[in-house]
Amino acid sequence: MAGIPHDHYEPSTGAEKWLHRRLPVVGILYDTIMIPTPKNLNWMWIWGIVLTFCLALQIITGIVLVMHYTPHVDMAFASVEHIMRDVNGGFMLRYLHANGASLFFVAVYAHIFRGLYYGSYKEPREITWIIGILIFVLMMGTGFMGYVLPWGQMSFWGATVITGLFGAIPFVGESLQTWLLGGPAVDNATLNRFFSLHYLLPFVIAGLVIVHIWAFHTTGNNNPTGVEVRRGSKAEAEKDTLPFWPYFVIKDLFALALVMVIFWAIVGFMPNYLGHPDNYIEANPLSTPAHIVPEWYFLPFYAILRAFTSEVWVVQIASFLTGGIIDAKFFGVLAMFGAIVVMALAPWLDTSSVRSGRYRPMFKWWFALLCVDFIVLMWLGAMPAEEPYASFSLIGAAYWFAYFLVILPLLGVIEKPDPRPATIEEDFAAHYGDADSKSAAPAE
Amino acid sequence: MFKKLAISSILALALAPAAALAAGGEAHVEDFDFSFEGPFGAYDQNQLQRGLQIYTEVCAACHGLRYVPIRTLADEGGPGIPEDQVRAYADQFMVLDEISNPQLFDTETEEYRALIPADHFPANNSQSAPDLSLMAKARAGFHGPYGLGINQFFKGIGGPEYIASLLVGYEEPPACAPEDFPGHYNTVFAAGGIPDSCRDEHGHSTIPGSWIGMAQPLYGEDVEFADGHSNELHHEAQDVAAFLMWTAEPKMMARKQAGFAGVLFLTVLTVLLYLTNKRIWAPHKGKRKHD
Repeated sequence: MAGIPHDHYEPSTGAEKWLHRRLPVVGILYDTIMIPTPKNLNWMWIWGIVLTFCLALQIITGIVLVMHYTPHVDMAFASVEHIMRDVNGGFMLRYLHANGASLFFVAVYAHIFRGLYYGSYKEPREITWIIGILIFVLMMGTGFMGYVLPWGQMSFWGATVITGLFGAIPFVGESLQTWLLGGPAVDNATLNRFFSLHYLLPFVIAGLVIVHIWAFHTTGNNNPTGVEVRRGSKAEAEKDTLPFWPYFVIKDLFALALVMVIFWAIVGFMPNYLGHPDNYIEANPLSTPAHIVPEWYFLPFYAILRAFTSEVWVVQIASFLTGGIIDAKFFGVLAMFGAIVVMALAPWLDTSSVRSGRYRPMFKWWFALLCVDFIVLMWLGAMPAEEPYASFSLIGAAYWFAYFLVILPLLGVIEKPDPRPATIEEDFAAHYGDADSKSAAPAE
Repeated sequence: MFKKLAISSILALALAPAAALAAGGEAHVEDFDFSFEGPFGAYDQNQLQRGLQIYTEVCAACHGLRYVPIRTLADEGGPGIPEDQVRAYADQFMVLDEISNPQLFDTETEEYRALIPADHFPANNSQSAPDLSLMAKARAGFHGPYGLGINQFFKGIGGPEYIASLLVGYEEPPACAPEDFPGHYNTVFAAGGIPDSCRDEHGHSTIPGSWIGMAQPLYGEDVEFADGHSNELHHEAQDVAAFLMWTAEPKMMARKQAGFAGVLFLTVLTVLLYLTNKRIWAPHKGKRKHD
């Protein structure tokens, strides 16, 4: 593997040499697990392992749930109740799987915002970033389709609303929607294909995760300073890094265990807190719930979707310029997907030569505002589509786009960055002291 | 900076069930005190048995429990009724809506057979009343404030509280309503009809609750409990609500036990990993130069 110079696996025994000549699998594992890692990584670098764990948890619980679930409109809801009542430990499997999705998204949002703050998306890690965004999009698709499977009221009506978005696409929308649903409305065909894809996509995600890891193992990890590891020689690199095993494995596992304490408490003591009561009512195409609300992790993007009503002047201009092809509904759909696209484009929109937000005095504040914006949008997504929430949503959505399309490009030009440490070694020593100068360090 | 973010992600969790604002008039759900609340709470077996009696003698006339296997009445962590009694209970259970329970039709005798413990409670669609199996999880008693889900965090989602409140929530219709308005006035039921004469100029309701199709089912002293427990309305409502929480979440006790074992184990694991981590890193960390 290219990148930071370090010791490679050397087969010693005859058997190892035999295998290594034919399939260097041990060598690949060794290089992966022993990769030199910037020693100054902080606690925001633990979400990767939480995410890996989530993917494994979801796949394992999911495979077992499938053994007892029936993807048919007449039996799906009852089969979930069968899992909850008759299957040994079935209630834990289902609650772990349902809340596992929430943990997955908590972790992925923390992971994404960490990347946005420390400039992990910047050169040369664009590919890692783009693949990450792809994984995020697939996660949303998988989460959405998984929520349809219990065939409760929110499953059904959520599916109706979200697939309806595709119907908003001009000219081909209606045919596209019918094609997606496998019929004119959400029905058995929809449930079956969602089930099929819900089983397939996690394995696609797993494949992309490997590429994601491969990509950043090639470039090396970013770190809180954004200063690259010195690569002149192995000795130099070793001053900036420590091997992933055991230093970061143990650190990450500690963080994962702590996250798991909270997660397990939620599953054990309040497993339905993050769900919606209406999903304990079997799907009924004849009765629309008073409020159709997506799961919490979709809410920020749902708020952006709903923000652009026909009263908004941008929408009116777009509609006028395109002769009505882009109406408010389609504009909202474009905005929702656009909100993710602008994130994917961050490597090229951010013009600053400084990677880490730690040394960007103005950026810090705009970034903090983006975090607040995200939380507020999440809240607004759950509120009814009426004033004052509609106006707030519009402001929130506008800021989301402004951050990526205006603020990131401009800041690089006008901002005067703070001085940065020359090396990771220097940053680490400033935070934790220098191991060699331990005795010489002044008393506190 | 990232402490802030960590707090935000926790906040995001708390924001989640920000769902439904009541559609009709604001309804007040009383925060009944149930034995099964909180991480340490457990079902009260006697209460579940009383609730079962109320369900059997009153509710079952119109409502089914189609997802609940009768044999589970004997389960630990549930009503815990002895198996021979469960068999007798199944055998004497009146199936009021035979059409909705075709699985009970015996093709040999061409008659509907009696229930056995392996059967589920029968469905009952005769009065188009909703099935009650999951009702305690399908309703939220508490909301907000401001859609933040904080009340649910502290009080629980409030399904059983909602059921009990609804059962005691019947009142004389308010003066604004015409006498022939269909349904029965209930101060807790928010999803029903409200006469225009009880709305202000903005269309907002001026009264709590709305009109529900179900006539008041319990008045107090509807059932006699063998153990002489109080059968006044408030107690009956709470007992049957507790029973319906059990039908909705029969494995609650096992779940909480798994929760405890898991949290305990993971906490120990966390402490051990913390100490390991500290020890491993110690040679690489000196004293802080600034603090």
